[in-house]
Amino acid sequence: MEQAMTNSVGFPILSALIFLPIAGAALILLINRGKEDLIKWVSLGISIITFLVSLLLLTNFDKTTHLMQFTEKHAWIPAWNVNYSVGLDGISVLFVLLSTLITILCILISWNSIKIKLKEFFISLLFLEGAMIGVFCSLDFILFYIFWEAMLIPMYLLIGVWGGPNRIYAAVKFFLYTLVGSVLMLVGIIVLYFYSGRTFDILELMTQSYPFQMQLLLFWAFFAAFAVKVPMFPVHTWLPDAHTEAPTAGSVVLAAVLIKMGAYGFLRFSLPILPEASMAMTPVMIGLSVIAIIYGGLICLAQTDLKRLIAYSSVSHMGFVTLGIFTLNTQGMEGGILQMINHGIVTGALFLSVGAIYDRTHTRQIADYGGVASVMPIYAAMFLIFTFASIGLPATNGFVGEFLIILGAFAASQLAGVLAATGIIIGAGYMLWLYQRVFFMETNPKVSGLSDLDAREIVTLLPMVILIFWIGVYPDAFLDYMRASVEHLLERVHTGSGQAIATAGDVMELLK
Amino acid sequence: MQFVMSDLGPVMPEIALTILALVILMADLFIKRKATIALMSIVSIGFVAYLLAGSMGTTFKGLYVSDGYSTFFKLIFIINVILTVLISVKYIEVEKVNFGEYYSLILFATLGMMLMASAGDLIVLYLGLELMALSTYVLAGFIRYDIKSNEAAMKYFLLGAFASAFLLYGTAMIYGLTGTTDISAISAYIVEHGLASNPVLLLSMALFAAAFSFKIAAVPFHMWAPDAYEGAPTSVTAFMSVGPKAAGFAVLGRVFMGAFGSVQVEWAAILIPIAILTMGVGNIIALSQTNIKRMLAYSSIAHAGYILLGIIAGTQDGMASVLTYMLIYGFMNIGAFAVVIMLRTEGFKGDNISDYQGLSKTHPMAAALMLIFMFSLTGIPPTAGFMGKFYVFMSAIDAGYAWLVIVAVIFSAISAYFYLRIVMYMYMKEPKETVRLSTSPGLGLALAITVAAVIIIGVFPSAVVNFARIAVAGF
Repeated sequence: MEQAMTNSVGFPILSALIFLPIAGAALILLINRGKEDLIKWVSLGISIITFLVSLLLLTNFDKTTHLMQFTEKHAWIPAWNVNYSVGLDGISVLFVLLSTLITILCILISWNSIKIKLKEFFISLLFLEGAMIGVFCSLDFILFYIFWEAMLIPMYLLIGVWGGPNRIYAAVKFFLYTLVGSVLMLVGIIVLYFYSGRTFDILELMTQSYPFQMQLLLFWAFFAAFAVKVPMFPVHTWLPDAHTEAPTAGSVVLAAVLIKMGAYGFLRFSLPILPEASMAMTPVMIGLSVIAIIYGGLICLAQTDLKRLIAYSSVSHMGFVTLGIFTLNTQGMEGGILQMINHGIVTGALFLSVGAIYDRTHTRQIADYGGVASVMPIYAAMFLIFTFASIGLPATNGFVGEFLIILGAFAASQLAGVLAATGIIIGAGYMLWLYQRVFFMETNPKVSGLSDLDAREIVTLLPMVILIFWIGVYPDAFLDYMRASVEHLLERVHTGSGQAIATAGDVMELLK
Repeated sequence: MQFVMSDLGPVMPEIALTILALVILMADLFIKRKATIALMSIVSIGFVAYLLAGSMGTTFKGLYVSDGYSTFFKLIFIINVILTVLISVKYIEVEKVNFGEYYSLILFATLGMMLMASAGDLIVLYLGLELMALSTYVLAGFIRYDIKSNEAAMKYFLLGAFASAFLLYGTAMIYGLTGTTDISAISAYIVEHGLASNPVLLLSMALFAAAFSFKIAAVPFHMWAPDAYEGAPTSVTAFMSVGPKAAGFAVLGRVFMGAFGSVQVEWAAILIPIAILTMGVGNIIALSQTNIKRMLAYSSIAHAGYILLGIIAGTQDGMASVLTYMLIYGFMNIGAFAVVIMLRTEGFKGDNISDYQGLSKTHPMAAALMLIFMFSLTGIPPTAGFMGKFYVFMSAIDAGYAWLVIVAVIFSAISAYFYLRIVMYMYMKEPKETVRLSTSPGLGLALAITVAAVIIIGVFPSAVVNFARIAVAGF
């Protein structure tokens, strides 16, 4: 697989995107902690500039090729053949944009709600943004690993310092779960490095073939890291705690970007580097995905905490994503990637909305709400849109993604398709029931007299509303970006695996 | 028989250090301001570092070897001295043990370490080890009026004496077997006579492993470490946790790779269980500590376990990773101890983990530094701690010990819990009482050096890695 190095923008745009926020964090470090307004405005300014720069990616992206674009490569640690190598293809480009957009919204939603250690908060958030973009851009396994792990530091602080009452438990749990998974991946990376003749270059690793037995071991080593992040059943238990206890901005970043990295990892590493093992493991992966969809949905029905409910809905929705990816066909995979973006937008928006009302009431209990629609009509309208998108109503983005995934799933295994479809019904159940309990019914005295969304909050939520309909009505605008890369990836997986297809096929027959 | 004067070039740094340490010991009688003595020590050790550059070579008929390997270790010792002196100046004042001998003892201990690193003969090795150990025993008990400090010195001395005995026993056996104490001659003899599974050789290797395990505080020879670390003056704890450990690894590498290089399979079988136990016991017992010095003691035990992986690998890369890790470990560990020392003020011990509660609110700068050191000790990028671990793991996997590395990374993940606990106390809890900090320019400088090193080596490890690889090129 030849990988021409191209960069259609005249400057190292990816480095700029990675290091702008990190430089911004350093700048804030120098600001006196008393000047809180200045700190906020500088963070907002930096995040907006980063977003504007990232828009250049969209306009300059060549949709016709699967090759890496905007690439940069510099020797970094020659002794170990580690390079600073970055680039984007159709699979990763949208995630960079998602990260830059989400960061702006996170800063806006935190404007008044962060009261202590304001300086550290914005430093963490910007540092996190840089690391997130780095994860999606890295074309060197060690560079990737460094960004991947570096994210843990700000995220641990975000949850643990500014989170809810049970924040310390949640932060430690989040950190340890992710770390255990990651270090196992590190061992896998090093094994791969020596086997492939000492290279960490992802593109080079993709071109080689590895013994099947080794692929299987590596697949599970990578699985440890990625499945925890997604999170897949049964390693999802950190997520409800982390999402629930994190401050709004933390929940949004977690839901919108961080957990996407797990699924991204499968796409970027497991599938192309270990095609045979991935192929052989599809029944297991599809099985786990379906369990996540249904189990996550059922648990949502029993939740009494707003954020916890949305957190468990993430488990269910991410089940759709991994299902789509491991159908290993075009519809499923495109749907999976699109659904990652969708989930980022919708769940991000839901957490932002919950944050907005939490700032007013300081309670997350569903029972403390009721009749909010009559008190906050604008808020209710927006939340309804997000609810519909989450359920996957036609004309919203959720529909497109889930439809494609189920289409793909039917092609791979009818049983999985049917079971996944029931997940949508459960989804409609818990989301509509949630909406009913919070927004309709009798007005709870605790919510009477609340002010509706102010201009800042509307500005925060509006981009999400626009994206929901944009993707819902004209998904090709986004699918076009990933098409060439997805086709190429599938080709690699299918041609890269000979004997594995047979075994996987047998198991599939049984499932049918 | 004609007497030929040996070439003194390779041993010049040690000669200079001996003289300067004696001068400082004498100067203490006349100089009332002890900070001046501290400054003199730093200048002296700086001069020794300068001499180091031109000291390459072998002398005294192979008794004394100054090569890249020893030079790298000597640099670690010198950095260790400079940082220790910087964090000591104010601290020993606060502890009311502001005596000049403190500095000359540190220099003598360092002299011992330098001898160990350069030893080409088991007897020279023993001399260096004793010089180092005796000076450190005294340093550990430096707070005369404090019962805990006395206990530390006593325990360290008694158990250290056992270690010395083991070392002598091992040396005697190897002498009986091969008729020499010269390291390269031993190696040649073993290869020549095919002694691969000779029981006497195995026994003497086990004795060497035991003796060196004492020095690097590896399980099951770690018992002295927690008490000695806790009781000793904090600055000495910092010194002990880096210097003697590095010296221990220097001789471990020299003897096992040098003398027993041909029977790597045999001694790997001895060292692997030690490494696993060390990582396990160190990390798991550290989880339940309430005293930060004790916690760092167990953490230091655990780190010895990771570094052992590099030795077990038995390759050049493995040795280079040991050097790299030791240097990085020196910076991050002394950095952490420097923060611990800051909390020690008159009338306040400040060595309980709960004393760190809310530190980020009262002293955000100190808390941020501690945060960086804790993440580095955990091995989270982009700090140097990650690069150290990465290199050790990489060389162990290259040598075919992937399963051992899996054990190591799991323990490493467990260690995150107790390091993060400090961060949690500092950042996620409200301060109980106002903690005052005792700061001084020296301490500030030490913190600046260590934090800069931790971040710069973390982001650009290339220079250190290359240096380490060149240093072990002779092996």
